[in-house]
Amino acid sequence: MSNKEKHWEKTKGNMFLTLALWFFFGYIIFMFGESLNSASFLGYPLAYYMCAQGSIVAFVIILFWSANRQEKIDEECGFAERGEDD
Amino acid sequence: MFKGKFIDNLPKIYGTYTGGFLVFIILMAIAEQAGMTAKTIGILFVAFTVCIYAFIGWMSRTVQVDAYYVAGRSVPTVFNGMATAADWMSGASFVAMAGGIYFGGYTYMAFLIGWTGGYILVSSLLAPYLRKFGCYTVPDFIGTRYGGNLARFCAVVVLTLASFTYVTAQINATGTIAARALAIPFELGVWVGLVSILLCSMLGGMRAVTWTQVAQYIVLIIAYLLPIFWISNKGGYGFFPHLMLGEEVARLGELEAQFGLVKNAAADVKAAGVPGGLKSISLPHSEVPAGGMAAWKFISLVICMMVGTASLPHILMRYFTTPSVKAARKSVAWSLFFIALLYTSAPMLATLSKLSLMDPNLATGIIGKDISAVMSIDWVQAWTAQKQAFIADFNGDGVLQLNEWFMRGDVVVLSTPEVAGLPYVISGLVAAGGMAAAMSTADGLILAIANALSHDVYYKIIDPKADVRKRLLVARGLLIVIGAAGAYIASMRITSILGAVAWAFDFAMSGLFFPLVLGVWWKRATRQGAIAGMITGLASGTAYLIYVYPKFMGNPAWLGIDHLRFGIIGASVCLVVMVVVSLMTPAPDSSTQKMIDEVRIPTGKTILGKQH
Repeated sequence: MSNKEKHWEKTKGNMFLTLALWFFFGYIIFMFGESLNSASFLGYPLAYYMCAQGSIVAFVIILFWSANRQEKIDEECGFAERGEDD
Repeated sequence: MFKGKFIDNLPKIYGTYTGGFLVFIILMAIAEQAGMTAKTIGILFVAFTVCIYAFIGWMSRTVQVDAYYVAGRSVPTVFNGMATAADWMSGASFVAMAGGIYFGGYTYMAFLIGWTGGYILVSSLLAPYLRKFGCYTVPDFIGTRYGGNLARFCAVVVLTLASFTYVTAQINATGTIAARALAIPFELGVWVGLVSILLCSMLGGMRAVTWTQVAQYIVLIIAYLLPIFWISNKGGYGFFPHLMLGEEVARLGELEAQFGLVKNAAADVKAAGVPGGLKSISLPHSEVPAGGMAAWKFISLVICMMVGTASLPHILMRYFTTPSVKAARKSVAWSLFFIALLYTSAPMLATLSKLSLMDPNLATGIIGKDISAVMSIDWVQAWTAQKQAFIADFNGDGVLQLNEWFMRGDVVVLSTPEVAGLPYVISGLVAAGGMAAAMSTADGLILAIANALSHDVYYKIIDPKADVRKRLLVARGLLIVIGAAGAYIASMRITSILGAVAWAFDFAMSGLFFPLVLGVWWKRATRQGAIAGMITGLASGTAYLIYVYPKFMGNPAWLGIDHLRFGIIGASVCLVVMVVVSLMTPAPDSSTQKMIDEVRIPTGKTILGKQH
């Protein structure tokens, strides 16, 4: 397997993992909103909390985490950009 | 002045700017104490901020193609994040979101999830690859990846339809705010708003829009957060509202049970003469509605808003401006961080303002009190006089019930400082924030349309030999034409016919999502497939909208997919048609395959040259 193919396999893996987390926080938990709301967090009903803050914060964390992971993959396969850093 | 050094100095420049803005707020507060009228303060706030944006726009003028279309690809991640956040958060987000939560509670909050989660799709499926491609516009990618002018043209059509649906609402919002703050008629306010918008974008294109959007983000986030923290601390609800309003949310549940959530019959509302667009609270704040259908309605709305986010060109094109592929990816994360600051605060604002009106134990509470007493409150009089609020005593007992208090959603943000008894300077600040939010989104949208028409239609299809001077002239001319068309439609006040902002997301996802994503992720996708997908996706989505929208044919929604969710139909048709047609036509040639391989790795040259 060439370096490019390896890189793309890993990139795809990262994409699927990221989207799995996204699907959990964006959809799965709201399928069970009704039962989730009987639990509470910081005094808020849980489903309400996830909607107002929880999932949104999770999305931000997922984005940074996934971007860092992808940077490592690029580095490993020798496709990291040099000299043009932000 | 705007090269090299300028980029290095950005934190300092915007730091000084933020400090200057805070000083301005303090000066206004002092002037208010000294007796300056509310009207003058409002005018000063809006005029001062708009002049700064115009100044930035003028300083960023350019005669270079890549500076005009992609800000020279030199915008650092964090600043691009701020600019995207301002681009994203429209006048509607700023003034209407808290109002939406106020009336719709948990059900409405599907928008919060949808309008944030879409960025994960942007980051993992699209932004880094489009950046590597090196395109100027979104149709530029479609046109080059699939080849041929027809594919490019279809993408331009979808882009224009989606963005234009969105832009009239934004110009409408700038008009409303300008009219209120400057005390001029709405029709004039719309044109004042348009001139302000064009001042920011005309001379410098993307570069000017980028730097004004950063400035606008700073104003809008201060204007949103300051009142929330102030009210929360003043009312003793906790010094950090986001973590400390649990009890207040629970209290709202108690009050809802005490007053009862009554949905007024449409006939009663009409008979009582409630002005259009005003609503009363009839949905619970934090309770999740029971049943599978309710859960599906929540989730289907989330799907539409998320997928729509990932297909809206004015957002995607912001990631063409970063210095590298890596920076584009990080920049998406920063964008959502800055957006989250406002979005996680909106429910808190809704909670606080709802409680301050509903709790009879509070001095500000009006529900459950005598109507005659309520009618003598200053802000109630002011807002009822403007037909933004209304009292209808349905049961005739002289006491204001929850279902007898009507209000327009926008009022929640605009009136909360006043209701909570904050100084007027905060209301002026909120007006400036709303103006910033509406202007920044309008700028991004108008630029997206004008760039697609000037680059993809004029330069790539009509006159590929045009020189730089001519291209930029056309680009600027189109900016004025599109802005004027938007302002003209907004000034006719027919936006209620044009429908909801959500439509823009549905149009975009119907026609663009799968052609964009499969263009990167599926090598087998062919030109014929993409064209067929875009056309059938957009056509079927639009047809379903006409079929289901109450003001058009008004048929019953199929599986709960109503006019806010028609993108589900459009995008599904687009996907199926695109896959089937692609498989029926010969695979793309080897040079296209190689191009896709190149797009998938961050290093190496961009596919399209620096100037093209």
